Amino acid sequence: MEKLQTFDSLVSKNDFVIKFANVNGSGSASANQLFAKAVFRMGIPVSPKNIFPSNIQGLPTWFEIRINKDGYLGSKGSVDLSVAMNPQSYNQDVEELNSGGYLLYDSSWKRNFYRDDINVIEIPLTSLCVESFTNAKQRALFKNIAYVGALSVLLDMEYEIFEELISEQFASKKNLIEPNLKALNIGRDYVLNNLSYPIGLTLERMGKNDGKILISGNEAAGLGAVYGGATICAWYPITPSTSLAEGFEKYAKKFRVDEKTGKNLYASVQAEDELSAIGMAIGANWNGARSFTATSGPGISLMSEFLGLAYFAEVPVVVFDVQRGGPSTGMPTKTQQSDILACAYASHGDTKHVMLLPEDPKECFEFSAMAFDLADRLQTPVFVVTDLDMGMNDWVVDELKWDDSRKFDRGKVLDFEALEKMEEKFGRYHDVDGDGICYRTYPGAHPSKGAYFTRGTSHDEYARYSEDGEINATNLRRLVQKFKTASELVPDPEIILSDKKNCSGVIYYGSTSAAMLEARDMLKEEGIELDLMRVKAFPFNLDVWDFIEKHDYVYVVEQNRDSQMRTLLMAEGGISAEKLRSLVWFNGQPIEANFIAKKIREREPEKI
Amino acid sequence: MTYIQKPINHHPNLKKNKLGLTRRDYEGAVSSLCAGCGHDSISAAIIDACFELNIEAYKVAKLSGIGCSSKAPAYFLNDSHGFNSVHGRMPSIATGASCANDDLLYIGVSGDGDSASIGMGQFVHAIRRQVDMTYIVENNGTYGLTKGQFSATNDKDSPNKYGEENPFPPVDLAALGIQLGASYVARSFSGDRDQLVPLIMGAFQHKGFALLDIISPCVTFNNHDASTKSYDHIREHNDALGKVDFVPLGREITANYEEGETVEVNLHDGSKMSLEKLDSSYDPTDANLALNTVREKNDEGKVATGLLYIDTKAPDLYETLNAIDKPLNTLNEKELCPGSDKLKTINQGLN
Repeated sequence: MEKLQTFDSLVSKNDFVIKFANVNGSGSASANQLFAKAVFRMGIPVSPKNIFPSNIQGLPTWFEIRINKDGYLGSKGSVDLSVAMNPQSYNQDVEELNSGGYLLYDSSWKRNFYRDDINVIEIPLTSLCVESFTNAKQRALFKNIAYVGALSVLLDMEYEIFEELISEQFASKKNLIEPNLKALNIGRDYVLNNLSYPIGLTLERMGKNDGKILISGNEAAGLGAVYGGATICAWYPITPSTSLAEGFEKYAKKFRVDEKTGKNLYASVQAEDELSAIGMAIGANWNGARSFTATSGPGISLMSEFLGLAYFAEVPVVVFDVQRGGPSTGMPTKTQQSDILACAYASHGDTKHVMLLPEDPKECFEFSAMAFDLADRLQTPVFVVTDLDMGMNDWVVDELKWDDSRKFDRGKVLDFEALEKMEEKFGRYHDVDGDGICYRTYPGAHPSKGAYFTRGTSHDEYARYSEDGEINATNLRRLVQKFKTASELVPDPEIILSDKKNCSGVIYYGSTSAAMLEARDMLKEEGIELDLMRVKAFPFNLDVWDFIEKHDYVYVVEQNRDSQMRTLLMAEGGISAEKLRSLVWFNGQPIEANFIAKKIREREPEKI
Repeated sequence: MTYIQKPINHHPNLKKNKLGLTRRDYEGAVSSLCAGCGHDSISAAIIDACFELNIEAYKVAKLSGIGCSSKAPAYFLNDSHGFNSVHGRMPSIATGASCANDDLLYIGVSGDGDSASIGMGQFVHAIRRQVDMTYIVENNGTYGLTKGQFSATNDKDSPNKYGEENPFPPVDLAALGIQLGASYVARSFSGDRDQLVPLIMGAFQHKGFALLDIISPCVTFNNHDASTKSYDHIREHNDALGKVDFVPLGREITANYEEGETVEVNLHDGSKMSLEKLDSSYDPTDANLALNTVREKNDEGKVATGLLYIDTKAPDLYETLNAIDKPLNTLNEKELCPGSDKLKTINQGLN
């Protein structure tokens, strides 16, 4: 950096993107998380995203951290500082760096980069770690901590926070604190002694993370299942949902072990496949225990037959679908919202399912607990549809809250006392209340009343097999009525209206929120105002139809190729194709505000 | 599956059990299976076993998959909850149900198509996990409901009704069960009620996975002269390893056997399985011997029946999961929800 500079270096405080390029399996993720956490502790809005391959060791992997003082935490799609630790991906990492940006690389092996409009920061990380550590594993691992140390000086961060975080992280393995701090200081000292610092990108303490936490959607959803009273988790490993079942187990081990006996108030069963996982969850719910499974797209395909059974036999079950890139095996480690239709209409025959669409880990927690109430109330499968981006990445969200006066809604269940009082014959599929939801009983409830035969074959009100077409049609119509009832119970959409009249509407859902809200603000600056509606659930309620009705046309922004939400809106509400403008992004990366703004700008000339 | 209920009138002097119930109180709807179907005999044997054991029907859950066999649960125990699930998937339903409430008796009824083909994966893993249930395979070697295709348990070269020979060797579910560690494995024949009823009773009282592979001829599609799953063939080739008796708790064995002629196995609830050995070297607690015997008899063209294997010490799934004694489906908010204070602590750990 001593030669004459012919370009302007980027200068920004608390507003830039750092991208770490690493080799998968080299232990970099925890170092990168340490860095992100330090930014979080400085009270600065931050969004770390792990961009990883389907691989255990060797392939390139990236970790992108957006820092934004205004709290825009969607993916930005450009890089200001690249920490390039993987020679395999140098070309790409250099290519995507913004002009005037910074490239930090391991200069143990010196090289020239072809761009002359970026700042190259050379730190011989490998050599430094080889000098300081004797163990080969430590030499490789601590290289990661060393660059975090270097960054702490280059970006003018508070050193004490790193000391604090490392002590917390290794509270139970205290012998690891010292070498980690040593590695941190190797990086720091090198910068302090050899380089000019800070660079143009700096971090300064803010107070924006008070009352906030950093948590992944999967962990939050697993915790929500504990709070929602789930006792049985049946699952099969699949990226990106695995950590949801693990999250449930983690918190169940903490809060669901009987102190006296040491026995568990939960059961978690790793099934042999997804078919079995959903079968176990259905069997447990049929028997009156709250149970769930967590999966991703391929698992939904495999579970479809059972989902039809649960729909038709009216057995509650909660299914978490942490969506990844499809179709088929697709992009297992990339994000998409491409299971919307697969979930909404899972299984053969006329089926429809309730879906909850959380926007972030906080709603993952809330909707997870809510899903168990809804499933019991509606006696049907309830999907909590998230995605890899919010499922596996730590997001900054408001602290989680729980109302202790809240009671589980177990729905219409006749227990021994209720059956004892009952004079008429119990009919499992008898719509007594006219809301399409019938009363059920648990096995073993009463010696002589309430037994019935659950079946996937067509059945009458008493659960008896019937091939009478009219009886079957009546039953199918009642299920439509039940779905209508569901639309009144699921969360309302979030509607954010502009002050301006007659502007276009936008519908979005799930993890698109962050990018959408940023795009809205970008467009507003340019004079394009938008009314927003975030759909939180399926079936759609009247507010959804009302919003569409009130706008000339509505953009439907989503992360799949085929505009699946738009299709669902058209199919369920008879909305015309012209009215719903498809705006899709499906490259497997989290959707970006710039992209949304660009697409809307292109089609909104008359509004400027 | 019919829902025609049987007439409730019956002989006033029908024998009653300790609960004051007659055998008819354990019946179900009228069967819609073919007249003479082996499956109906098995339903009758299940009814006998429940009657003899004074089982309260409402504490039983009947589970099945798809196929003729899977219709059977509608034909016994009217006062039990039943779950006719999807093809080959009853084991997962049973696994989830038993995790939710370990206090019920789970009777799974399956067939050879349901268990040995489409449901093989679930069958195998329910055994591996030692789900506490009685798993009955009504084995007829054919797909009845779809009109007579070979099933995976049909013997090699045994022809179908139309004379075509089966080119593939069979899956031996009982041998598989022993190999996978099912802790109670029996084989029987639907036409041998004297053997079948005590085996079912033993299975009901056993803690752990009890597998009953019951040859149950299909009168319509697989009962012809050349079939190895016909009534005649099984009668001729049935090689019982011993005369089985179930001895309920509190009843002493009265018959006098010479030492070495009987084996007694204590079941979980204190009742016993008593085996009068026809072959004095047979020991049903020896898994290797059981496996070898099944194979040897098979090589001789015989069908080894009786209590093939029993292990009363194997922990069942519920025990392995270390779940509390109280059924999980009875727990309430207070027991399950950690509450807002704990959430505050969690929040503190995440900032």
